[in-house]
Amino acid sequence: MLNLARFHGGLHLPNNKELSNQAPLLQASIPKKLVYPLMQRPGVNVDPKVQVGDRVLRGQVIAHSDHPLATPVHAASSGVIETIEERLIPHPSGMADVCIVIATDGLDESLVTQGVADFSSQDPAAIRTAIKNAGIVGLGGAAFPTSIKLNPGPQRKLDTLLLNGAECEPYITCDDCLMQNQPESVLVGAQILLHSLHIERCIVAIEDHMKRAYARLTQAVAALNDPRIIIVQVPAIYPTGGEKQLIKVVTGKETPSGGIPADIGVLCVNVGTASAVYDAVCKGKPLTERVITVTGRGVKEPQNRYVRIGTPISELIEQCGGYTEHVERLIMGGPMMGFALPDDEIAVVKATNCILAGTAADINTGKQAMPCIRCGDCAKACPVDLLPQQLYWHSRAGNLDKCKEFSLFDCIECGCCEVVCPSHIPLVQYYRSAKSKVIAKAKEAEKAAVAKRRHDMHLERKTKEQAEKAERARLKKEALAKVKQANAEKEGVTQ
Amino acid sequence: MKFSTALSPHVQPVNSVTRVMFEVIIALVPGVIALVWFFGLGVLINVVLAVITALMAESLVLLVRGRPVWVSLKDLSAVVTAVLLAISLPAIAPWWVTVTGIVFAIVIAKHLYGGLGYNPFNPAMIGYVFLLVSFPLPMTSWPAMTGLGTVTLNFQDIAQVILFERIPENADYDALTMATPLDALKTQLSLQKSVLEAQSGAVFGYLAGKGWEWVSLAYLLGGLWLIVRKIINWHIPVGLILGISVISGICYLIDAQIYAPPMFHLFAGATMLGAFFIATDPVTAATTVKGRLIYGMMIGVLVYIIRVWGGYPDAVAFSVLLANLAAPALDYFTKPRVFGHRA
Repeated sequence: MLNLARFHGGLHLPNNKELSNQAPLLQASIPKKLVYPLMQRPGVNVDPKVQVGDRVLRGQVIAHSDHPLATPVHAASSGVIETIEERLIPHPSGMADVCIVIATDGLDESLVTQGVADFSSQDPAAIRTAIKNAGIVGLGGAAFPTSIKLNPGPQRKLDTLLLNGAECEPYITCDDCLMQNQPESVLVGAQILLHSLHIERCIVAIEDHMKRAYARLTQAVAALNDPRIIIVQVPAIYPTGGEKQLIKVVTGKETPSGGIPADIGVLCVNVGTASAVYDAVCKGKPLTERVITVTGRGVKEPQNRYVRIGTPISELIEQCGGYTEHVERLIMGGPMMGFALPDDEIAVVKATNCILAGTAADINTGKQAMPCIRCGDCAKACPVDLLPQQLYWHSRAGNLDKCKEFSLFDCIECGCCEVVCPSHIPLVQYYRSAKSKVIAKAKEAEKAAVAKRRHDMHLERKTKEQAEKAERARLKKEALAKVKQANAEKEGVTQ
Repeated sequence: MKFSTALSPHVQPVNSVTRVMFEVIIALVPGVIALVWFFGLGVLINVVLAVITALMAESLVLLVRGRPVWVSLKDLSAVVTAVLLAISLPAIAPWWVTVTGIVFAIVIAKHLYGGLGYNPFNPAMIGYVFLLVSFPLPMTSWPAMTGLGTVTLNFQDIAQVILFERIPENADYDALTMATPLDALKTQLSLQKSVLEAQSGAVFGYLAGKGWEWVSLAYLLGGLWLIVRKIINWHIPVGLILGISVISGICYLIDAQIYAPPMFHLFAGATMLGAFFIATDPVTAATTVKGRLIYGMMIGVLVYIIRVWGGYPDAVAFSVLLANLAAPALDYFTKPRVFGHRA
């Protein structure tokens, strides 16, 4: 058994998981429309590979790009490209961007693909390529391309693969549900990852209230008879499922500030991602669907479903019985770190783990902020051991250097400080704003530095050119003088 | 369907300033009951007078400052300040002492610095010190403990004393008052008596002073309740108690003739009130874990130093204010190690 460590702070939150984890895991029906934003991450856009009017099949690549962080986008069902236009995309700022829209035909025809039954014969690079071609990104929420994560470089020596099944946000149960229903695909996915990383240890971490998932996983490990994989139950303290927090709990090691887990030999992936890796490598299936929790007291029948990526939320909610009368807010992700959506026409993306239709019973519908009374409850709750209160003063005063001194960028925006704040101050908002100000300032400074460098180089070039010119003139003069002298000598000789 | 948006976290807050302040008031109830039991109903008159004055002063300043009145009144911070100051005053202090002190605390010490959360000094203690240096006589005239004095006052008599400074016909002012144990000890020691001799006096009890020790125990009870309810952290009270125990213990070991035992200093005067209710005022205290421990210890040591070698018999107010000055520096030098950073 592993000795578990613990991290500072954190919260015991009412988890509301029983709302959604009782219903069976069903397949959501194919929506009438599928919508795919071309922006995958800030600054990473993919280009459409189809034109309006084209017929596409399930699994067909409809957008891709050469950007190293880009992953291909696959159609989740067959149909015709209806339009490529600007629509609202799931983004905290509520922005719009270009999306490909497929009108599905209900036939759900797929491209014929084949996986490899015996992945152990495969070269790690080939597995990474298969993972990349299947469009797999981290399904825990960050959506970072998995193929890149699997290649941390030769200078980092990995020893542990950590499968993150500690779904610490309240309400969300999609990983729990997946582990209960598909433990084999999660574990074989882990075996594939172990093989491709050449490591011999995998820890699957789940929260201690997930009794059924624990039983199912333990059974499946026994069936696979793989001593490399162990299942660990961790205490349900939010944000245990945060990558760095979970690594600390399970291994006792802290990821250095500004570093990545691979720096301390750990590679952490979500259990859903492992399952997607299994589908991609063994079945040849690209990532076109995932388990999503639809929950909250604002939806009539909360549950988990296999949902086609690109499904508009309105259709998903309809399949879950529609909204209740008191629905107040629509959140993508959990109530702690998820973002509110302005419109339910927005479609789910690969990173969408939960749609929370909240009523006043689920969510904070607005409390008046009072002055900070310096109680320090925020510091007690902070899982990173920051001093949120000092950060608040400095970010409010626009004192960005002080913010950096108080480790602003180590803040994971988990929201613990804000939930415990007796003065109801929107702390995380202040930190986000301060971070973006620091980044903007750094960019500006960089721009100025580039301009200065350009100017300096220009000057240097100028002086060099002038020197060269002077040199050339001198050489020319000398040559002329020589010629003159030679002529004079010649004349002298002839005379 | 369209939805209104908000930024994460979307979870309901679990606490409020009003709840914090309310629990502090509840935790003061045992102490107030003990005070009333031993020193008469004047304590209640002072509390009521102080609360009314505080709410009026707070409303007035908020109006002048153009701030919403109700929002701030209902945070109950003014009520806490009022109760803390009122129970620090002698139970027969004339009404104008209470009113002046409260007005000074709320208007000058709290609002002139920006109101709740911005005041660098504990308002109740500023009010107390202001009264102590301005009106030393009424501020040091504690009524004789019930049963110890030569006269017994009923509610009407006490109200007459407080509101009209009218002393009952069968008594004079001196007969109403009695030295506090800390006072008595100081006087006796200055007369070259030993601690043991001094403690044989009428005002001394089992742990410290008669009556006073029960009041202190009641404050301790309320304080422990606050820790259980997670309204205050244990660091400041523990630091303070540790600070005063260690320094008084050392002195007691050096010379028990002239230095009172630690138990006396813990249960005499305002030590317990200070440890759990005054030094723990979050606004003016240090906020880091280490900072709070040091802050508490500082106050404990200062209380002892001023009591034993200073001019005043008790010293909680001065010590808290001095430590308030140090709070920002303590916070600065006791930052915790951030996750993933090297020690």
